[in-house]
Amino acid sequence: MMKDLSINIAGLHFKNPVTTASGTFGYGDEFLDFIDPGKLGGIFVKAVTGKNREGNAYPRMAETASGMLNSVGLQNKGIDHFCREIYPKIRNFNTNVIVNVSGSTIEEYIEVAEKINDLDDIPAIELNISCPNVKLGGMAFGTVPDMATEVTAEVRKVYKKVLMVKLSPNVTSITDLAKAVVDGGADAITLINTLLGMAIDAEKRRPVLSTITGGLSGPAIKPIALRMVWQVHKAVHIPVIGLGGIMNATDAIEFILAGASAIQVGTANFIDPTVSLKIVDGIDSYMERHKIKLVSDLVGALRTE
Amino acid sequence: MELKKKVQDLRVIETSRLNKRHFILELEAPEKLPLILPGQFVQALIKDSPSTFLRRPFSVHAVDYRKNSLRLLIQIKGPGTQHLSELKEGDPLNLIYPLGNSFSLPFTKDVLLVGGGCGVAPLLFLAQFLNHNNIYPTILLGFRTREEVSEIDAYAASGKVHVITDDGTEGEKGLVVDHSIFQLERLPFKKIFCCGPDAMMKAVAKIARMHKTDCEVSLENTMACGFGVCLCCITPTDKGNERVCVEGPVFNINRLKWQ
Repeated sequence: MMKDLSINIAGLHFKNPVTTASGTFGYGDEFLDFIDPGKLGGIFVKAVTGKNREGNAYPRMAETASGMLNSVGLQNKGIDHFCREIYPKIRNFNTNVIVNVSGSTIEEYIEVAEKINDLDDIPAIELNISCPNVKLGGMAFGTVPDMATEVTAEVRKVYKKVLMVKLSPNVTSITDLAKAVVDGGADAITLINTLLGMAIDAEKRRPVLSTITGGLSGPAIKPIALRMVWQVHKAVHIPVIGLGGIMNATDAIEFILAGASAIQVGTANFIDPTVSLKIVDGIDSYMERHKIKLVSDLVGALRTE
Repeated sequence: MELKKKVQDLRVIETSRLNKRHFILELEAPEKLPLILPGQFVQALIKDSPSTFLRRPFSVHAVDYRKNSLRLLIQIKGPGTQHLSELKEGDPLNLIYPLGNSFSLPFTKDVLLVGGGCGVAPLLFLAQFLNHNNIYPTILLGFRTREEVSEIDAYAASGKVHVITDDGTEGEKGLVVDHSIFQLERLPFKKIFCCGPDAMMKAVAKIARMHKTDCEVSLENTMACGFGVCLCCITPTDKGNERVCVEGPVFNINRLKWQ
């Protein structure tokens, strides 16, 4: 059977709906021993900020039941280093290389977005208004609808290509935030970022993480992510990219049925660096089994009656 | 031989219990082993163990290219290592390997290896590697108690071994830094390689600095991925926060920010 796994998101062509989540795939080059990124729909590379950031102190990670907490805090060498050192190495990956853009102020988001707008081989950015691990900015922009609209609108003014906005699940109404970024001019929505959580070492009577709280990821958060993808898909007219605990093709299909046009593989990359390609194959065999010709026919195809 | 990282199912060909808390797994690769250097580590997948979501890192204890096998020395600490201790001959174990950098080949023959507890794991491989380069190191091994002293014959085949135990039931009594080797006015070594608990490595590093002796340590920070993308295992260095899994696990103490 001829099958078409390709997806169109805001005019951007993805050869399949499988991409990798920012912060779990480095800049892609760390994975070259394991997979060819060119076989993926896209890769979302590590967050880039205006200036060099050292991130938070060690320990930054706690393993939890079916998941993990992290408090990396956007460690990266800044936008100028990215343009000079990283971009030349990754621009020719035969896939959509999308940069996660972060900042502490609206001015910083604008600075980074403007500089990436000039990079010919980056077709989209993902605005990160949902990092729970930084003191200033990050999630602060993504939990108040007016601020989410404002930062999206300001970046929209300088960024001419596909603008995606990554939402935080740490809100009462995810649809209010989704509508807010649509108002700001977003072309697509990514969700969910990590859930704010905490781990305690009872023996030492101390928090495990240096920052006390951190972001929870992994299968533990999947039911919440599915629910939010479904709600947002119904509430807005722009495409949704879903993530949160996807470990295999079945998980990916569930997100697509809930309304995700594409999915991101995150924490699973740490456990199996080849898992994203296995998910592409698994989606293919699901379509074969269910006689589905177009993967786009599965998007939001959840039967609720 | 290539230095490419692999994700691969290896097969358990031997398990041996050293004592209550430690065991050795010997694993055979399905194809020719890649080149593995002393100090490098593997990330082992714990299957069907609900409380262990992430892989577990272990340094390579020994490599046998003729048998196409590698050995891991593992301490039982929690459900993940407990699960590994129950593996039987013939069972598969999925590894990502080889990971990290390695100990450097020293420009001197006056070499001291210092290991404490499970930190002795990479030192046997290192000692054998040094032997291939005509270096026969002094090896100081610290254990909690006599029951945990193990594989002394293997170390003795590669260098001059000294043992110290916390309770004095074997060799000298105390922590490795209490050993008489370190009480000499002039340390007869030009290079120290050290692996063990952080507090032990910091204490050894302090002595090395005092004697102006070059010293490399192997860090064991907790990590999620092991190949450089999660940025969880960082340690502050003279170049900012660096990844223990890629720029390490072996660092020269001059580059680390600990004092």
